[in-house]
Amino acid sequence: MKSLVCLKQVPDTETQIKVKPDGTGIVTDGIKYVINPYDEFSVEEALRLKEKFKAGEVVILTVGPDRCTEAIRTALAMGADRGIHVNDESLNDADPYSIAQVLAAAASQEGYDLIFCGHRAIDDDFGEVGAMLAELLQLPQVTLVTKLEIADDTQSAVVERDVEGGKEVIEVPLPCVLTSQKGLNEPRYASLPGIMKAKKKKIDKKTAADLGITSERKLAPTEYTMPPERKAGKKYEDMEPAEAAKIVVEALRSEAKVI
Amino acid sequence: MSKVMIYGEIKGGKLKKTAFELAGAGRKLADELGGDLGAVVMGSQAEQFASELGKYGVDTVFVVESPELEAYNSEYFAQALAQVAKDKQPEILLISHSMQGKDLAPRTAAKLGVATIADCISFRLDGNKLVGKRPMYAGKCYAEWVANGSPQMASARPNVLKIEESPKAGAVEKIAFTPDAGRKTYVTKDLVLDTSGKVDLTEAEIIVSGGRGMGGPDYALLEEMAGIFGPTATVGASRAAVDAGWRSHSDQVGQTGKTVTPNLYVACGISGSIQHLAGMGSSKVIVAINKDTEAPIFTKADYGIVGDLFKVVPEFNKELKVLLAE
Repeated sequence: MKSLVCLKQVPDTETQIKVKPDGTGIVTDGIKYVINPYDEFSVEEALRLKEKFKAGEVVILTVGPDRCTEAIRTALAMGADRGIHVNDESLNDADPYSIAQVLAAAASQEGYDLIFCGHRAIDDDFGEVGAMLAELLQLPQVTLVTKLEIADDTQSAVVERDVEGGKEVIEVPLPCVLTSQKGLNEPRYASLPGIMKAKKKKIDKKTAADLGITSERKLAPTEYTMPPERKAGKKYEDMEPAEAAKIVVEALRSEAKVI
Repeated sequence: MSKVMIYGEIKGGKLKKTAFELAGAGRKLADELGGDLGAVVMGSQAEQFASELGKYGVDTVFVVESPELEAYNSEYFAQALAQVAKDKQPEILLISHSMQGKDLAPRTAAKLGVATIADCISFRLDGNKLVGKRPMYAGKCYAEWVANGSPQMASARPNVLKIEESPKAGAVEKIAFTPDAGRKTYVTKDLVLDTSGKVDLTEAEIIVSGGRGMGGPDYALLEEMAGIFGPTATVGASRAAVDAGWRSHSDQVGQTGKTVTPNLYVACGISGSIQHLAGMGSSKVIVAINKDTEAPIFTKADYGIVGDLFKVVPEFNKELKVLLAE
């Protein structure tokens, strides 16, 4: 089972996001970057498949600037075999379609049985790359995956995915693109030997030209803004619960008019 | 000519409310562009919704029928939607950022060689270019985006756009569809739906959410409150509660869960981490119930009650019952 795991490096969820004064983007100084949490589920699932079938490879595929090497190394320390790092200035802050094109080109060069993506990245929140990659490679997609069982003959998989108000059980032929959702597994931590080994694992560097991609932006941001500042409202302290509850419930009807 | 087109999602034999939200936004854009508004609906049950869509501003309803379109499948639906878009050449194509829309929009976009401005909370035109405003970093900031290419695709966050009546013809045009046999897709084996009729967090009008302060998996008090509010209310949870195994991951509100925008968010025993505040900070009204007066959630709450949630919530439910019974 050869799995390609598409992995993005994103600001840690603890990050306080600030918009640049000119509104062209966010202030990146001092941001701590981590692996996109949904991509960690992908890495873990791919590793489990390799362990289960006692064969195959887990290849990390990342598009992004120099700093992303750290995220790839972390995945390698978890146990992935090697990495492909597409690092090209023309792709910094590229839109989901351009990223999907790059991933599709790299995946085609590489070969695969399965491709994993996170169902979305927690920075730009587009959530489009997985489905786009599937379409560009003419593969089936199963998004929001919470359970994966590969058939013994590795020709198909039974997959559970989140749908509105429940779950859908799907049978999908391989190869396909799966997008990982929370609940799929509990990602392992990198072990100390794992971290040591990761230092020697190979990361192939590629440019857009290596993949025959000329990036043409399908989407462009025009202005970033901070959300409207939310101020603390009324606070009821040192009161009988019944009294406080009555005041607030009434206010929701008469003042806030939401019930 | 439909200059603007929307996709109307059908669920459980009903047209979803999001279709009317899109119709409202689509109508305005079509009027400004000086063109018609079209709607695409799929399946043999779809035609019946034409008059309803007409009432909310749709000129032409494109009904795509085929055995493959009776139940949702990403490949077939994306093929059908892309086919209509290629055929009718709308300048703008709008989809809901619902669970289905998140699966359908990017695949359709890729078939059309474009990308979707996903999860927009408002739309405007700059000249004849669509501008979509959307939260990023789970709502820690916002950005306006424009789309290059044709059609300009965007998806809209459910429960944000206004529904407005604007009677138009709602004329039906049937479209034949034969799937591309060269494409492999999956087969749905089973659909396990929560029969309680619970609305998804992202589409709920009222969310009653519990965090670490719940102390365990017993959410009966919050379920009771959601029940009193009625079918548009649902129960959510903080990451702490989900990670503790008290609630399902699908209930999680926050940066690694769902970003929500209900009319009312009641946070019980939730301190308000930065990830959680990002995910629910654009709720219209926030109520916080927490015993720690220093909890960050109080800095965002319109109404805060400092106290033990196990004492406050029962009283709250009692008051609600009385008020809503009136």
